[in-house]
Amino acid sequence: MSLWLLLAINSVTLGGLLFLLSAGFSLIFGLMRIPNLTHGSLFMLGAYFGASFVLWFHLDFWLAALLSALLVAAFGAAIEFLLLRRLAGSTLAQVLVTLGISFMVADFCLMVWTGDPISVATPAGLRGTAPFLGLVFPIYRLAVILIAAIIAALLWFLIDNTRLGAMIRAGVDDPQMARVVGIRVSRLFTLVFALGAGLAGFAGMIGSPILSVYPGLDADMLPLALVVVILGGTGSLLGSLLGSFIIGFLYNFGQALVPELAYFVLFLPMVLVLTLRPQGLFGRHAP
Amino acid sequence: MSIKLNRRKFLAGSAAVASAAAFPMPSIAQSAPVKIGLLTVKTGPLASGGLQMEQGIVTFLKQKNYTLAGRKVDFISADTGGNPAGAKTKAQELVELNKVDFILGPLAAFELLAITDYIAQAKTPLLSLAAAEDMTQRKPNPYFLRASACSAQAMYPMADYATKVLGYKTAVTISEDFAFGYEQQGGFQRVFEDNGGKVLAKLWPPLVTADYTPYLAQIPQCDVVCQGFAGSNPVRFMKQYSDAGLKYPVCGGETAGDDALLKSFGDEANGMYNSCPYTVDLDTPINKRFIADFQKMADNLPGFYAAGLYVNGQVVDAALEKTGGKTSDKTAMMAALRSVSLTNTPRGPIKFDHFGNVIGTFYVRQIVKENGKLNNRTVKTYPGVSQFWTYDEKWFLDQPVYSRDYPPLKS
Repeated sequence: MSLWLLLAINSVTLGGLLFLLSAGFSLIFGLMRIPNLTHGSLFMLGAYFGASFVLWFHLDFWLAALLSALLVAAFGAAIEFLLLRRLAGSTLAQVLVTLGISFMVADFCLMVWTGDPISVATPAGLRGTAPFLGLVFPIYRLAVILIAAIIAALLWFLIDNTRLGAMIRAGVDDPQMARVVGIRVSRLFTLVFALGAGLAGFAGMIGSPILSVYPGLDADMLPLALVVVILGGTGSLLGSLLGSFIIGFLYNFGQALVPELAYFVLFLPMVLVLTLRPQGLFGRHAP
Repeated sequence: MSIKLNRRKFLAGSAAVASAAAFPMPSIAQSAPVKIGLLTVKTGPLASGGLQMEQGIVTFLKQKNYTLAGRKVDFISADTGGNPAGAKTKAQELVELNKVDFILGPLAAFELLAITDYIAQAKTPLLSLAAAEDMTQRKPNPYFLRASACSAQAMYPMADYATKVLGYKTAVTISEDFAFGYEQQGGFQRVFEDNGGKVLAKLWPPLVTADYTPYLAQIPQCDVVCQGFAGSNPVRFMKQYSDAGLKYPVCGGETAGDDALLKSFGDEANGMYNSCPYTVDLDTPINKRFIADFQKMADNLPGFYAAGLYVNGQVVDAALEKTGGKTSDKTAMMAALRSVSLTNTPRGPIKFDHFGNVIGTFYVRQIVKENGKLNNRTVKTYPGVSQFWTYDEKWFLDQPVYSRDYPPLKS
């Protein structure tokens, strides 16, 4: 019994982390049609920055997470402003540039933080497990679920109830028309890219006590973000949220129940969605 | 000995003077530098081990002032990127372009398998850390030498210690889903069960697994969990293991509790047993000097990757002394390499069996927290461990190589 519960909690935790990672990916893709292959690197960069703030400057874990999110957001804005903007409309070039940057980030991290893995201590107060009704709950994982829920609510408010959100929705639905009615779509692009990058960086730091930080973390996370977004549909927060939890559950239960077919179980829904409903479960239009 | 060296140096020096004076003399083979190529990984997920390899051999060469058996050493380091295609390209480059006399490395078994045929054909002595069992068993390569350990070699003492000293009766193994994992755990299972224990389950998470919790949830009640993770995976595994509330003791092989990982581990690694062909706490002058010189270069302890390359350097040095510095006759060179027997290395005495695999000391250690720092402390030393453990060589080779399903679980 406790096995199933542990797996279920873990699925929701992973879903929460994946949501933080993929929400930005989904918005960027929905708005700008850029499959941002640096997204895994931004996750890793956030984790490395945050880990350094904690280990070198002895900052508080949450402060470190916020700072690293801001740094990664700034980096994301720079990528968009300096590089991707010049390649507007040329998808292949954008794919190659983002892929190239991801390799460069990986080498940069290796140079600065060497190849030794860094284990980030779970923030004080959230360590260990909480016994409840004879079952054991890892506290930090529950906290991650809470954080993901708060961020999801904030994003929801941003997209559905603010002027900025309305502009983003307009940009996702019809960028040309949005431009015509006077929305400065290019500025919007930079903003959304920075937001997505910041979220990925934040997710990296939040995930680091669970995943630890090591070279190759980027390549581990990127496919998961891709699957989530393909499953949920691009440009849709609800899609990202549901996609994340579906993948979280498939990943955990798939590996526990049919370990030999773990990847099969994980990617089968993606294949089905791509063939039967290419825009994704909640996507607004086909990619 | 020193007189001989001096004379050779003198000859080399006078040869240099002679050629400087424009005598039309052919180059003198013995005064040309001996070329050592290193295949390592400096980028990607395997880089931490790869960098340790390079730092290990450079520590040795610096101590020798880049002179082995009276010849200067030309050291060429090549980054394979940690993939088979890269290993092949760089091996060809080292052999055909740089014309190296020895290749050290590569790191990973799949890199080694990509170049083994080429190395045999090019007749270049290869001293690798890659652990693939059959390289020195069922499919030996005459130009191959392994001074570190084959996959299962460190697991034999671990399983022996777990059963005989710790008295464990049941175990669960967990390793990455690839050959190094199968071979380690196959070895653990064979000795654990031959000593009266029983392996209850064998779990194989993919090499890239962000979260081990689904596998941890499958671990049944047992006396010990044997983990065979490599690279940075042991750090993540131990953390998630303790997060999941599991309390069974953990043991592992050379990659699971490597000294180079100690600074990355959290407190959850405290108490873990591991077996390794090298240990930083071996109290010998040469090991102390190795560690001190290594730490001038790197901000970490040397692990078994670094020590393995240092020992490889010593083996090359000893073989060159035997041939009087000659490298041209490859057959004689290989014979010299394989007959090397050293008593004074950072890992203790070593020699080679007729397949070119090391027979040497292995250390079962426990990670303990002392003064707020994690350290590996040797709890038992197993001298003269061969790749066949205590089994008869012929019987051993008649069995299939360890795999995902071999040895099978007893029902």
